[in-house]
Amino acid sequence: MLIQVLGPGCKKCQTLKENADAAVADLGVDATVEKVEDIVKITSFGVMMTPAIVVDGEVKSVGKVLSPDEIKSLIGG
Amino acid sequence: MNWKQEWKIAAWLLGAFLVCFYLPVHSERFQTAVIESLQLVRWYAQEHVILCLVPAFFIAGAVGVFVSQASVMKYLGPLANRAIAYGVAAVSGTILAVCSCTILPLFSGIYRMGAGLGPASTFLYSGPAINILAIILTARILGPQLGIARAVGAIVFSIIIGLSMSWLFRKEEKERSVAAAAMPEPEAGRPLWQTILFFASMIGILVFANWGAPRGEEAGLWHAIWSAKWIITGAFAIGFALILMLWYNIGWIRLSVVALLVAISAWLSFGVLPIADKFQPLLPFSVGVLGLSTILSIRDDEEGEWFSQSWFYCKQILPLLLIGVVIAGLLLGDATEGKEGTGIIPNEWVEGAVGGNSLLSNFLASLAGAFMYFATLTEVPILQNLIASGMGQGPALALLLAGPALSLPNMLVIHSVIGTKKTVAFVSLVVIMATISGLIYGALFPTPAIQ
Repeated sequence: MLIQVLGPGCKKCQTLKENADAAVADLGVDATVEKVEDIVKITSFGVMMTPAIVVDGEVKSVGKVLSPDEIKSLIGG
Repeated sequence: MNWKQEWKIAAWLLGAFLVCFYLPVHSERFQTAVIESLQLVRWYAQEHVILCLVPAFFIAGAVGVFVSQASVMKYLGPLANRAIAYGVAAVSGTILAVCSCTILPLFSGIYRMGAGLGPASTFLYSGPAINILAIILTARILGPQLGIARAVGAIVFSIIIGLSMSWLFRKEEKERSVAAAAMPEPEAGRPLWQTILFFASMIGILVFANWGAPRGEEAGLWHAIWSAKWIITGAFAIGFALILMLWYNIGWIRLSVVALLVAISAWLSFGVLPIADKFQPLLPFSVGVLGLSTILSIRDDEEGEWFSQSWFYCKQILPLLLIGVVIAGLLLGDATEGKEGTGIIPNEWVEGAVGGNSLLSNFLASLAGAFMYFATLTEVPILQNLIASGMGQGPALALLLAGPALSLPNMLVIHSVIGTKKTVAFVSLVVIMATISGLIYGALFPTPAIQ
């Protein structure tokens, strides 16, 4: 499973990444959490409002910092 | 040793070391500058933080949570009516630019997938320029004229800039992405009129708590309002509490406890304790703020989210503002309340470069604003001192309009999205617009209205 956290580098995006890391560690799934900071790449996902989370290529949440629990439910935990 | 990563740290350390090594501690001018810088910091802390910044943080946080962003976004999409897109792009910065770095992805998104280069440029310029906190602080410290001019100027010129960009590059193919934009989920609505009253009550508290003392005449409406300002503020506060109870799920018992504590502290401050007149309102106001914070911060719902947002702004902005004030004080001295500021930079230099209202001074101010990096809100203390040191009102507005929207690092990112030619066009348009607005404003309102 590939989890991508989209955000150009402010605190919110970092927090989302940390929460994603925590969710993955908690669930124990085999997943990689990646941070995408390049604006053009972020736009190519169709995302305009960061931070955003993409799971296996599908945009799951836009514009909010999800808690680890919310992320867990997104990745099926 | 990974030099690519480490060189920046090394450069900072070296720079800091050199500054410390050559610190001109024995220079009298330097000593005065340091004392004045600290005086300025204290002035800000006493006059502006509790009554102005804190309510502003609450308002900004509320905008982030309670105003529906998805409904705004649909006006900026690819199918949106062009004329409306420009208008929405020009003002939506207040609603959409919750995190200052959200502006760049939004800009890229509107350009590639949404309404196109024109509205995207409008948004890019106006977003940082009409940041709520910045307008509030500008109006408070530099005077309501400059605050309003800044807001109006930003909106009007953002549309002009967007239209110009769109026209300049009309022949080019826009690379539109095929993927539809992923929108944030639409939130369950609260009737608009309730949201409006909610914000109105907070803005009422902010405006009347900060109603300045009238200069000069004893009679008149301004003076009447000023004499009654705390009663009016109190009335708005009660309205605010009622709204929280009726529509925002806050329990009446908790609100009553806080109201009681505020009333007790008000009675103590205004009657019993030996506190100087101008500090009297601070205690009850602080009690109110702490009470509200306690009630909100323990919640998990939208209201809790509101507090988190406000707290986020507080964490992000207060330290930066502190640094900005310290630097402004060091460079230009403490020029509040009629004092003659003495900092490291002599006032004559400032007057020479950006005094009066000439084309050159407006242009220089505009250019300086465009390239210099101003962390959120720091432009206000810096500008306050520049004005007191001799900068004209026109150049001041020019700097306010060019400063927040652009900086060298910002330009580099923009360039990665729209390329060199368009970035150069954008920057030039901003500088020209800022210079012209400065010239017009300086001609119409040459006298500052600073407190």
